[in-house]
Amino acid sequence: MEKEILRGGQFLVKETSCENIFTPEDFNEDQLMMKEAVTEFVDREIWAKKAQFEQKDYALTESCMRQAGELGFLSISVPEAYGGMGMGFVDTCLVCDYISGATGSFSTAFGAHTGIGTMPITLYGNEEQKQKYVPKLASGEWFGSYCLTEPSAGSDANSGKTKAVLSQDGKTYKITGQKMWISNAGFCSVMIVFARIEDDKNITGFIVEYDPENPNGITMGEEEHKLGIRASSTRQVFFNDTVVPVENMLSTRGNGFKIAMNALNVGRIKLAAACLDAQRRTITESVKYANERIQFKTPISSFGAIRQKIAEMATNCWVGEAATYRASKDIEDRITLRQNNGKDTHQEAELKGVEEYAIECSILKVAVSEFVQKCTDEGIQIFGGMGFSEETPIESAWRDARISRIYEGTNEINRMLSIGMLIKKAMKGHVNVLEPAMAVKEELMGIPSFDVPDYSELFSEEKNIIKNLKKLFLMVAGATLQKYGEKIEKQQQLMLAASDILIQIYLAESAILRAEKMANKEGEDNVKEQIAMAKLNLFHAIDVIETAGKHSIISFSTGDEQRMMLMGLKRYIKYVNMPNIIELRHIIAEKVINENKYCF
Amino acid sequence: MKILVCISHVPDTTSKINFTEENTKFDSNGVQFVINPNDEFGLTRAMWFKEKQGAEVTVVNVGTSETEPTLRKALAIGADGAIRINTPATNSFSVAKQLANVAKDGAYDLIIAGRESIDYNGGMVPGMLAALIDANFVNNCINLDVEGSDAKATREIDGGKETVSTTLPLVIGGQKGLVEESDLRIPNMRGIMMARKKPLTVVEANETSKETTSISFEKPTPKGAVKLVASDNIDELVNLLHNEAKVI
Repeated sequence: MEKEILRGGQFLVKETSCENIFTPEDFNEDQLMMKEAVTEFVDREIWAKKAQFEQKDYALTESCMRQAGELGFLSISVPEAYGGMGMGFVDTCLVCDYISGATGSFSTAFGAHTGIGTMPITLYGNEEQKQKYVPKLASGEWFGSYCLTEPSAGSDANSGKTKAVLSQDGKTYKITGQKMWISNAGFCSVMIVFARIEDDKNITGFIVEYDPENPNGITMGEEEHKLGIRASSTRQVFFNDTVVPVENMLSTRGNGFKIAMNALNVGRIKLAAACLDAQRRTITESVKYANERIQFKTPISSFGAIRQKIAEMATNCWVGEAATYRASKDIEDRITLRQNNGKDTHQEAELKGVEEYAIECSILKVAVSEFVQKCTDEGIQIFGGMGFSEETPIESAWRDARISRIYEGTNEINRMLSIGMLIKKAMKGHVNVLEPAMAVKEELMGIPSFDVPDYSELFSEEKNIIKNLKKLFLMVAGATLQKYGEKIEKQQQLMLAASDILIQIYLAESAILRAEKMANKEGEDNVKEQIAMAKLNLFHAIDVIETAGKHSIISFSTGDEQRMMLMGLKRYIKYVNMPNIIELRHIIAEKVINENKYCF
Repeated sequence: MKILVCISHVPDTTSKINFTEENTKFDSNGVQFVINPNDEFGLTRAMWFKEKQGAEVTVVNVGTSETEPTLRKALAIGADGAIRINTPATNSFSVAKQLANVAKDGAYDLIIAGRESIDYNGGMVPGMLAALIDANFVNNCINLDVEGSDAKATREIDGGKETVSTTLPLVIGGQKGLVEESDLRIPNMRGIMMARKKPLTVVEANETSKETTSISFEKPTPKGAVKLVASDNIDELVNLLHNEAKVI
């Protein structure tokens, strides 16, 4: 059977078969070898030097980046024509995942360089620009940085005040302005700078070379001292009449905001991937400690309070993996499909492929960055007082995790974007939500069936619940939209609540499909921990969805309408054979504790 | 120079060791396999010869198709070709015999094997192989230089080192020292991509008699908890050694 590739956002109104999702169990031999090679590099060169990174050794970050360049890790997604490996999107996410777990300092440098530092040129540059810059960026001879944020332009990125003024002879632009929070500023040679020409509505992108010997009006602020990612070079960058040849304009005038946003779409799913391995390492460190730490004459890993934490940490990590790799493969397939249709160049195909899944990218960014925060927080708790000490790797992991909820668009912005983009897609007819929403409305008017279906098959009830949760989303979001129309964007709390429901649906479905796919292949008895994780996660998802749904319904409806929707809510979250989640946690924790590491 | 590097496919050192089929078979379920560390030192030295003196490096393994990822990793690191002898590696003598067939056919100048594999730790294959192909042999080799057909090898001996001069063809049982851990190579992305394009030849095993068969395996009893006795409490120490540990 040919794989049906769902469009971005369609997961909400369509069912996906487990055979149609890609999971980490599907990595091929080359991908496993890449994973091993990256892990070996990280263990040897980064994890072993973790303390040095915490001492703000910026030079170490730079030298590790050069080594990564020599090993080819910086060129995974760069087309072969420009000195790269031309590998697929899953490979890109895989390398990004496993290279990012040891310290946020390196993962930020890596992400900023390969993502927003290089990609705008590979995706939007013209042939000359690509020939000139991309091979050097891919090999790590040059490093890139991305200058978008300004003191008064953060989340509102298009409001930047940096100006680009065309010279009288029409050959150059002079850029003047101030950029801040610029990752890799301390060692970059190429900057993607966004500036406004005259009074344009939208900003324009430029490729600006930087040579400290010949600064061309560019000055750097001091290194910022930060809560986490301490050895990631982060500086302000000041441009004072910096001369840039007109041929260095990226794409066309006024297209900068689009470049900036699309670069961030890709960045978002990669950030989700980059938040996975830190969880694996935190879980492994925490369980090793819990197995060794004796209190009351017993390893603390035998206590329910600790086992609960270990089970929840492992579950989140595993669910995050399921959703991230599912989306990464969907993106890869979409890119291939567009390319094979012959309509798009690789460049266009990649751009549109990622843009198609912008909703999923936002969902993943939010969810996985929150997972890593929770994971490192509970890691510290397992370590107790030791966890608060700089001597343990958990302390810095906790500080490093914090930034992930802020950069690449704050989680609040991304939550609202996910809903905003879904509405846009619905309006354009790309995702048909209207019909399903009407069907839900009708269903709510009818009398619910009291028959209990046959739920004996694995996940049959859970899949039915997922279907119902999707209806619940359509009910709540549909009513919100009806109430507020175009002004819905002003109802931020409602947007956030709707987004919480959407996020939980995508993750819960991905987890169930991953476990189902494994069970089909290896037999239920051999994947009982994975089945437990999928169920535990769904159980929590229902809680989150119920709360978010309730908050929304009681805020915008009254009387009969409210009563009907609350009844609908109750109907859609019904779980007949509720699992014993305490037992599920024991099953999961037992395995992790026995293996003495994150082992899924 | 033609170099053959013998590669064992062994469980990662952090693997949990278990047995199945009434303790007669190693349970490979969930175990991560790697290139035997002693072999990896040898492979890295072979790469050094290739780059500095010019050599063609072939890697060989006795095993079923499950061992191919390990061979492909060796190719990704830089070996030019790989040979897999298609039979499970069951005991040292049959493995040595299989390797000897390949070694003879290929007329290799230098054969680098690890001193021992870290799974069954037999430590017999390199010596047997040398005898079977009638080549010179240096075991526990920690340094190796080759010039023309002359070789100078250093081996570890009790309490020191011994340097010997010998000639090719030569078999060594290599270990750490041939190169250091920091010299070990991480396959780069291009190497991984190229590995698929390099030849991995599968040859059928010649039948050999099975000289030994493993009857059963057992794990050492786990270490018990440590009891600390205060330094001035000799009576308690004697009591514990006598009545509990029953060693005096």
